[in-house]
Amino acid sequence: MKILIPSALHSYTGGARAEAEGQTLADVLADLDRRYPGIRFRMIDEQNRIRRHIRFFSGNTQVFDLDHALPAAEELIIVQALSGG
Amino acid sequence: MTQHLGAPATPGETILMVATRKGAWLYFSDAERQAWRVDGPHFLGHTIHHMVLDPRDGRTLLVAAKTGHLGPTVFRSTDFGHSWQEAARPPAFAPAPEGQEGRAVDHTFWLTPGHHSEPGLWYAGTSPQGLFRSTDGGITWAPASTINDDLQYRKWMGTVQDGTPDGPKLHSIIVDPRDAKHLYMAMSGGGVHESSDGGQTFAPLVDGLQVVEGFDPDDVSFHDPHCIRLCPSNPDRLYQQNHCGIYRLDRPSSTWARIGKAMPADVGDIGFPMVVHPHDADCAWVFPMDGTSVWPRTSPGGKPAVYGTRDGGTSWQRLDAGLPASQAWWTVKRQAMNADAHNPVGVYFGTSSGELWMSRDEGRQWECIARHLPEIYAVETATRAGPA
Repeated sequence: MKILIPSALHSYTGGARAEAEGQTLADVLADLDRRYPGIRFRMIDEQNRIRRHIRFFSGNTQVFDLDHALPAAEELIIVQALSGG
Repeated sequence: MTQHLGAPATPGETILMVATRKGAWLYFSDAERQAWRVDGPHFLGHTIHHMVLDPRDGRTLLVAAKTGHLGPTVFRSTDFGHSWQEAARPPAFAPAPEGQEGRAVDHTFWLTPGHHSEPGLWYAGTSPQGLFRSTDGGITWAPASTINDDLQYRKWMGTVQDGTPDGPKLHSIIVDPRDAKHLYMAMSGGGVHESSDGGQTFAPLVDGLQVVEGFDPDDVSFHDPHCIRLCPSNPDRLYQQNHCGIYRLDRPSSTWARIGKAMPADVGDIGFPMVVHPHDADCAWVFPMDGTSVWPRTSPGGKPAVYGTRDGGTSWQRLDAGLPASQAWWTVKRQAMNADAHNPVGVYFGTSSGELWMSRDEGRQWECIARHLPEIYAVETATRAGPA
């Protein structure tokens, strides 16, 4: 699956494009973390909650649940959502 | 904390580690401290709560970082920031049992190197309040204490609404230089605590401390210590800047004495930081702030001043030579004031408006060594014999 990485996480992936495999958001993030160690914890806390200012979209739909199934043909878009000075 | 690297008899290079809301900076000077070389920013855009150099090896630098979007982590350098490695396992609470809502670390707030007999050991205090430790120089971290999950301690810690505006914190982790198992720590809110087993368990140490009027000082929940320091020259003496005054504790007594009552009434004894002299346990410095009415938390009257004592808090002297005489409305946070190990001692503070100030004569005269930085959260010092 193709993944669009926000700029805040390019230090892990080296750029905006990455790939990972998995049936669910949890699976994909686990595989992404195997490829880029440490990246998952910056997005998902130790209680398996999506961090406050991180958003996931698949097929133009926001994904709120780590158990959500992701169609392999759709790109997973990770967004950093925050404003303020 | 003041760090002494190598032989203190011939102190040489002086290093300031400045942590800010939007990155970290290193400042280098020699023993004269007349000119400073700046190195930074490191981690531009990251919220850096603390940057600390390991006094045991003189080269391991740890940084507590997060960003607006991303979760908390710890970075490590052994070459003074030329390269950084992220912790393989940053501080994180244990997963909650099924059906319970667990806590997640919002940010690591405080870093303390372990005892000199335990190289590689570090402690970390977090928001919300948790104590963590690393035994490999900051690469992997694990919960360090039963207090993280203890029901009584959880009650004393309160909720995220009970602490400071950006989250309740565990801070002021102090290792007794005579005993690696003897620790102190403090929580805002949640009081001061002491451990005799290396942090596995703690007991409250709040006798004599006042709380906000109308509340019960016997309830540890209501205690809000802002900063605790142990005197290196007399480890039986601690000083504390509290939400409700300035205190001193001389062990083995367990009752704090409010020495801030000797401060001028129009200034008061409210503030965040507490600094102790590295060689003279009767000498300490504070930076008062306005704690009246709605708690502006600015310099009282817009006239910033350090106050120092040379007699253990019996009397205080205003030390404002060189500081703005009026219309300066900044303050200094609890980690943002420190002293070096030179003689005479250099004292430093960073302001909420991004200015870095220093005195090379123990507070008598002040000068600004940097302006226009982001809001400064922490200033640490180190001295070492060799070049960077």
